[in-house]
Amino acid sequence: MNTKLVKCVRVAIGVVALAVAGMAQAWEPTKTVEFIVPAGTGGGADQMARIVQSIVAKHNLMKQSMVVVNKGGGAGAEGFLDLKGAKGDPHKIIITLSNLFTTPLATGVPFNWRDLTPVQMMALDQFVLWVNAETPYKTSKDFINAAKARSGDQLKRFKMAGTGSKQEDQIITVAIEQQTGIKFTYIPFKGGGDVAVQLVGKHADSTVNNPIEAVAQWRAGKLRPLCVFDPKRIPYKAKVTDTMAWSDIPTCKEQGLDVDYLMLRGIFMASGVSPDQVQYYIDLLKKVRETPEWKDFMEKGAFNQTALAGKEYADWVAKEEARHVMLMKAAGFIASGK
Amino acid sequence: MEEIQSLMQGFAIALSPKNVLLMFAGVILGVIIGVLPGLGGANGVAILLPLTFSMAQSPGGTTSAIILLSCIYWGALFGGAITSILFNIPGEPWSVATTFDGYPLAQKGRAGEALTAAFTSSFIGALVAVIMITFLSPVIARFALEFGPPEFFAVYLLTFCAFVGMSKEPPFKTIAAMMLGFALAAVGTDPVTGTLRLTFGQTHLLSGFDFLVAVIGLFGIGEILLTLEEGLEFRGTKAKMNMRVVLDTWKELPRYWLTSIRSSAVGCFMGIVPGGATPASFMSYGVARRFSKDGDRFGTGMVEGVVAPETAAHAAGTSALLPMLTLGVPGSPTAAVLLGGLLIWGLQPGPLLFVEQKDFVWGLIASMYLGNIAGLIVVLTCVPLFAAILRIPFAVVAPVIMVICAIGAYTVHNSIFDVWMMIVFGVIGYVFKKLNYPLAPLVLAIVLGDRAEASFRQAMLVSQGEMSIFFSTPLVGGLTGLALFLLLWPVVSAGLARMKRA
Repeated sequence: MNTKLVKCVRVAIGVVALAVAGMAQAWEPTKTVEFIVPAGTGGGADQMARIVQSIVAKHNLMKQSMVVVNKGGGAGAEGFLDLKGAKGDPHKIIITLSNLFTTPLATGVPFNWRDLTPVQMMALDQFVLWVNAETPYKTSKDFINAAKARSGDQLKRFKMAGTGSKQEDQIITVAIEQQTGIKFTYIPFKGGGDVAVQLVGKHADSTVNNPIEAVAQWRAGKLRPLCVFDPKRIPYKAKVTDTMAWSDIPTCKEQGLDVDYLMLRGIFMASGVSPDQVQYYIDLLKKVRETPEWKDFMEKGAFNQTALAGKEYADWVAKEEARHVMLMKAAGFIASGK
Repeated sequence: MEEIQSLMQGFAIALSPKNVLLMFAGVILGVIIGVLPGLGGANGVAILLPLTFSMAQSPGGTTSAIILLSCIYWGALFGGAITSILFNIPGEPWSVATTFDGYPLAQKGRAGEALTAAFTSSFIGALVAVIMITFLSPVIARFALEFGPPEFFAVYLLTFCAFVGMSKEPPFKTIAAMMLGFALAAVGTDPVTGTLRLTFGQTHLLSGFDFLVAVIGLFGIGEILLTLEEGLEFRGTKAKMNMRVVLDTWKELPRYWLTSIRSSAVGCFMGIVPGGATPASFMSYGVARRFSKDGDRFGTGMVEGVVAPETAAHAAGTSALLPMLTLGVPGSPTAAVLLGGLLIWGLQPGPLLFVEQKDFVWGLIASMYLGNIAGLIVVLTCVPLFAAILRIPFAVVAPVIMVICAIGAYTVHNSIFDVWMMIVFGVIGYVFKKLNYPLAPLVLAIVLGDRAEASFRQAMLVSQGEMSIFFSTPLVGGLTGLALFLLLWPVVSAGLARMKRA
């Protein structure tokens, strides 16, 4: 490792530490911080939490240590309820995925993001429409037309494989159905890696995998990306395969499939925490996002690097919640009694 | 012979002093993790993952990092057997089947033998799997792609049938135990509709009944209750405790070569598919009982009954890394965490990993050979030490076991509720034993129930409810057919025997 860089980082940390110390009694954690992941080990949220943990440890960004705890039961309800019950506890933070919205709606478990305190949006995860590279579909138009032709017969419908049930992958599938009038057979699997391999093995016709879940198969020429469900193209211009970069994938919108969806990767705290406690984590996460490791991770996973905090973040979450209620209502995914 | 050349390069990388040190450190940590029930290999690796992050930044560091983590995994595979044999408490899910004969052996004062057999066959299972990975990885990676939902269900069905068809217990008791297991496995989130079921509004039941909590209670606590009733005595006190027992057992082991080959095959198959180490150990135990000359005496303390599940578990655990590396699909929970690690280090598991990261892949494969040798050395030298634990008076050991079990159950989800569940399961285990109901089908159903259900319902979505999908291709049809054959075998063989007599 470059010793100059280390020195620079140390000096930088020193300066920041002095600045922080200069502020009147800024809050700092007084014991180990629990970083809750409302999902199992090995998934996207878990990876991001562990990256943050290791960056914090490596650059000495916090005096206390940080531990990652997986509480994935009940589609993440276990983790959210834990934090809901920890009112005023500043030593617990949680990373969310779309199950922040979908789990309470689909299962009726009593919690809402308003039971938590929004801290910082870390990034947004992209979704891409993938098909097997041996199929003839080159654009999403080809794909939609082929799917339409087989949509009438229940047995011959295109099979869409996805992660989980009534979660982001299925919501996108339903959004496509509503937009085009086509019917898919949605098959839920446990993890994104499984989903990608089901598509390579031709047990499914398409997926809406996150970039990081399917990129290895894309580079090996097994899968083909048709379009990305972001209103704008992915900005990363470095070649991923021999001929294509992430930025070469058209948006679904430009191909006439007007569906967009991005998944929140954001940090929340329990309710009842003080503003300077929230500010501490905002500052900490800002330092995390400035490290080269974080930037590298963002590019590898082709993340959308929108990072909001404070009121802007809360507004974004509120808007997204309304959208999920609408999408899930239309799909009939809302738990009875809700 | 390009593979051999690459492998030799791999050895050169893995044999650097730093990597050898990491190897032993990893194995020892892994054994400790494996011994403690609840703290599984997946947790252990996840806890240490952040440590490897800065390690992976230096040149060649990713190889060192994966060597450390995979050696923890090997260590945990070895370590799981220790408490199964000594105390009837499986340290890891895949060592449940090891208790069936391992614990009776220990009670007869043959703990040293059982441990040696377990460790040695683990090593052989791993070795077979690594050799297969070395030479056949491209072929195997393609084979794994053949597996869609119906194929997975057929594999799980095969595991159930291989185990149940061979059971000696009255079939209705077996089915009753299994059904209870399925009911417990169904608690939590429905895998296909995503709604909650059987949780009765209880937050604690959201994540369902964890298999580890059930196993710790059913086996560990249940066993202590039984021992209490029988008069506070440990029957393993005569255990020999010198190194001779290792050599003596080695002389005996070659007799079970056929079981080893069969179990390695079962293990490799289940690892690649990927079904996982736990079903592999159950299936292998069931098959061994069926085909062994001494099949009737299985469960009373047969060395062969230790060899079969341990070989298969380790072969499956090792070969589970192959689909992870070549396809990016983890074959076990621990492999899932390792996969996350690879991504964090900036490597992309997938078809190109073998091409782009030659040093990494072959360093890892070489470390599989070396790590398992290191593991075998570590655990074998400790055999007398482990066996000596049984000489400690029961009055001292029992409370310690209780505490370890409670900590283990707590660690699974950091929840005190699980400790209460463990005690409830302990009472269930005691009642089951008193009434002569088998525990194994219950455990098997808890561990595989939800996976089998998910695959079955995915298959039903694909076929729109047509059962014929389970016979639609030669592969799935063959698996289903074999499963049904194994299930009905006792009936068929009894019928044949009667016809012969007539």
